[in-house]
Amino acid sequence: MSDEKNLIEGRTGMWEVILGLEVHAQVISEAKLFSGASTKFGADPNTQVSLVDAAFPGMLPVINKYCVEQAVRTGLGLKAEINLKSVFDRKNYFYADLPAGYQISQYSQPIVGKGTIVLDMAGGVKRHIGITRLHLEQDAGKSLHDQHPTKSYIDLNRSGVALMEIVSEPDLRSSEEAAAYLKKLRSILRYLGTCDGNMEEGSMRCDVNVSVRKVGDPLGTRCEIKNVNSIRYVQQAIEHEARRQIEILEEGGSIRQETRLYDPSKGETRSMRSKEQAHDYRYFPDPDLLPLVLDPNWVSEIKATLPELPDEKRARFISQYGLSDYDAGVLSGEKEIAEYYETVAKGRDPKLVANWVSSELFGQLNKVGKWITDSPVSADALGGLIDLIADNTISGRIAKDVFAAMFETGKPAKQIVEEKGLRQVTDTGAIDAAIDEIMAKNADKVAEYRGGKDKLLGFFVGQVMKATGGKANPALLNERLKAKLAG
Amino acid sequence: MSLDSKTVAHIAMLARIKVPEAELAALAKELSGIMTWIEQLNEVDTTGVEPMTGVLHRNLPQREDKITDGGYPDKILMNAPDAAHGFFTVPKVVE
Amino acid sequence: MSSELNNLTIAGALEGLAKKDFSAVELAQAHLRAMEKHRDLNAYIVETPEKALSMAKASDERRAKREKLGALDGISLAIKDLFCTDGVQTTAGSHILEGFKPPYESTVTANLWKAGAVMLGKVNMDEFAMGSSNLTSYFGGVGNPWRRRGDNKRLVPGGSSGGSASAVSARMALGATATDTGGSIRQPAAFTGTVGIKPTYGRCSRWGIVAFASSLDQAGPMARSVKDCAIMLGAMAGHDPKDSTSVDLPVSDYTKALTGDVRGLRVGIPKEYRLDGMSPEIEKLWHEGAEWLKKAGAEIKEVSLPHTKYALPTYYIIAPAEASSNLARYDGVRFGLRVPGESLDDMYEKTRAEGFGKEVRRRIMIGTYVLSAGYYDAYYLKAQRLRSLIARDFDIAFKDVDVILTPSTPSAAFAEGENTDDPIQMYLNDVFTVTANLVGLPGISVPGGLDSQGLPLGLQLIGRAFDEEALFRVGGVLESSANFTAKPAGY
Ligand SMILES: [Mg+2]
Ligand SMILES: [Zn+2]
Repeated sequence: MSDEKNLIEGRTGMWEVILGLEVHAQVISEAKLFSGASTKFGADPNTQVSLVDAAFPGMLPVINKYCVEQAVRTGLGLKAEINLKSVFDRKNYFYADLPAGYQISQYSQPIVGKGTIVLDMAGGVKRHIGITRLHLEQDAGKSLHDQHPTKSYIDLNRSGVALMEIVSEPDLRSSEEAAAYLKKLRSILRYLGTCDGNMEEGSMRCDVNVSVRKVGDPLGTRCEIKNVNSIRYVQQAIEHEARRQIEILEEGGSIRQETRLYDPSKGETRSMRSKEQAHDYRYFPDPDLLPLVLDPNWVSEIKATLPELPDEKRARFISQYGLSDYDAGVLSGEKEIAEYYETVAKGRDPKLVANWVSSELFGQLNKVGKWITDSPVSADALGGLIDLIADNTISGRIAKDVFAAMFETGKPAKQIVEEKGLRQVTDTGAIDAAIDEIMAKNADKVAEYRGGKDKLLGFFVGQVMKATGGKANPALLNERLKAKLAG
Repeated sequence: MSLDSKTVAHIAMLARIKVPEAELAALAKELSGIMTWIEQLNEVDTTGVEPMTGVLHRNLPQREDKITDGGYPDKILMNAPDAAHGFFTVPKVVE
Repeated sequence: MSSELNNLTIAGALEGLAKKDFSAVELAQAHLRAMEKHRDLNAYIVETPEKALSMAKASDERRAKREKLGALDGISLAIKDLFCTDGVQTTAGSHILEGFKPPYESTVTANLWKAGAVMLGKVNMDEFAMGSSNLTSYFGGVGNPWRRRGDNKRLVPGGSSGGSASAVSARMALGATATDTGGSIRQPAAFTGTVGIKPTYGRCSRWGIVAFASSLDQAGPMARSVKDCAIMLGAMAGHDPKDSTSVDLPVSDYTKALTGDVRGLRVGIPKEYRLDGMSPEIEKLWHEGAEWLKKAGAEIKEVSLPHTKYALPTYYIIAPAEASSNLARYDGVRFGLRVPGESLDDMYEKTRAEGFGKEVRRRIMIGTYVLSAGYYDAYYLKAQRLRSLIARDFDIAFKDVDVILTPSTPSAAFAEGENTDDPIQMYLNDVFTVTANLVGLPGISVPGGLDSQGLPLGLQLIGRAFDEEALFRVGGVLESSANFTAKPAGY
């Protein structure tokens, strides 16, 4: 398992980093897991709170069936075991944003058991990362610590929102793998439509368990870095935390098992004061709820409606469209990109389309920082442009300029070609005339060419192209030029 | 099972109930008495007996995913001992 | 005339209202007067006379306009302070909830108001329903209207529904809501010569009732006759989609079960309930109860419930464990008492130390301990396994019999200071009742007679799950056979 390039060099030798991720993914649903309050993000404080979410005396939970369905769908998407009987437990602890003094979660019998996520690392390497479990639980409220000098403010809007906690095995070995894992997991969740994966809004949050060991040694003591809210920060936090642990160990110290917080502004992790107390969650089955028993037929029905997932899509893109593994990976990685690609590719040259999407389109999108769903050039519009190349209306080179104009103006390719007069010249007479003119102007170079300096062909092609404003049909130009130069 | 003062102090911390140092020993004695009485359960061999969490042998009822509740911050906050600007408040927490 | 209206039964009052002998307002007024007169019993924490009169007036208007009337239209009731009542202080007998006015109404009380009932006020109880004497209430103990013959010592009404029992017994309400987690309806009913039924778990919604131990808590009525309890339970019970443990089964007209006919019915006498040192008076009453039923044509059979003696210690793991979690929400943040603190934890610890009384703190500590790391299997899991064994005992017994007859309590009402200092002695009050809670079965306590000191004693019937009819049918026969007409002197 210890891949050479993943090791970290310390003073005393090579260290291996062992990582396990716990991801909290907010379930896409209208209402909360155990109450009928809305899950919408960004409302005024305490407006999306029911008496149940605020744990008023005598309030009781009733489970949202759609949240259960979403968890099952996600489990199936992770190729995991679905547990037909699962149990909701209470996790007891006191905190300002936990109104009941317990979180309803699943402990010994989660709804989803073991599964796998396949990572595609550089160089075509595939890594199979084990999923330990997925369970359903309630989110807590939100504490604001910077509103008042001596008080923290509590907003319970998020209290009770359904989360899926997805726990990985400690199979990850580098920050790159952790990042790849998060991207892949997010991609799967989005394909499934069970979580929007938005880390900034907190709908996907990550706790990272980090430990280090000398190669071949038993597992070391781990620290948990809580609530890291971007993939970049996850990577930074891991890098920093691994170095911190290695330094301590190399100086003869030992690692204290603790919860830490990543501070992106300082680029370091620090011990979390509020979580220092010995944890004893006193889990027990929630007596307000009965065991959740799923009908296997219902699970099969959900399975039958699963969309094609990234790994399968990638394989199909290779076999159906003849794409390279790399291109197939890029184009299947996000649901929206795959949809875009397949819309354009329909009835067109799939490899040509793949090139256009992954180089021109992505290039322009990156430049302006837009996501594919906001692209000014729709899939149909890009298809229109590619059709103009296919029917020789424009050359591939001109097409790039046309695309840039489309991206800027949102106009269809045809209109831009017409307005700018970019139609390709396929008239032999016109091309011949242009060739004659260039040859006459460069008699010396013609002589050199004829004397055996073949390389000059490129020069003539360029000159004639320039003279025709780039509109000469390249194949025709080549053919005519060679003939004329041959004398 | 006899509980010592240290254990009682730990339990009190978990339960977030302040117990003055001076009362720990007496409370430990009292709780030990109850726990000893409870331990008569050890007379019963329960190997292989399924634990029973509830008395109802039914499936968990599930509700539709519809917004049917919330939207009444005044009700939520009206009993709060110290609400401010639509929030509950607590002594400042340092993370 | 109207001064005696509070002596009626619910059934009698409904008849009088129907015949226009008196109005619902007059009925309420009679109770309000009695409440004022007997404030020394401390049965009510909050009296709601304005609410009572306006609800009674509304009932009278419905009757005058010949609108459709509910099963309890115009009937004055007391509500245990564990039921959340919209806009009316609800404390669960605790300092920590003092001043709390829920902006919502419990399902059970809402059902009663829908049936036309009138609220007189909120009655006292052991704090968070933890107790068998009502002495744990932050708002003070409750007096039992009954006295020992020739002794004026104030006795406890039992608990935790002591306020309900006292109010009903002292004619300060026609009936009362109550809850039962380990015997909290049946034990005070027995102590006050009233009838109380704990229905099957899942029969009444728990929504809006302050939780003590969620897998055991169940609401039920207390009243002065079996029929009154049948009328009340019919209105209180029913499926509630807001409670995941509320059962979707039809609620029948329980008064129809009171046929007086128990011929061929098999009544079980559990031999393990014959405790060492049991009072001969209790034993005698139990025997008498069996004889009455036999005379009425029932078949008496001995049954065995071998794990009975373990029910109480099992209960004292399960109930505190659930309570320790249920009561974590009383933290000084969203409602109730807050004692300021230096930090969040300091605020929590001070608030909960001051807000909870001694018995509640004790049970939270036990519950926290039995769930804590390293002890869960030895205590909580063990108790759950015992619970399975106790359930199995009943499954076997109910193959042979239709109901089980036992005493309700091991003694009659006692005075403050008698056995009230030792927690385990107090816990023993529930020794006959607690098994029904552990397995969710319905149980009823019916007054059987007076002991030699003139105090009421109760008989308990335990039935099959959701077979409340059997309890009403057999309970009705016990009631008429016992012909219990005694009243506490002066009420
Ligand atoms: Mg976790
Ligand atoms: Zn979690």
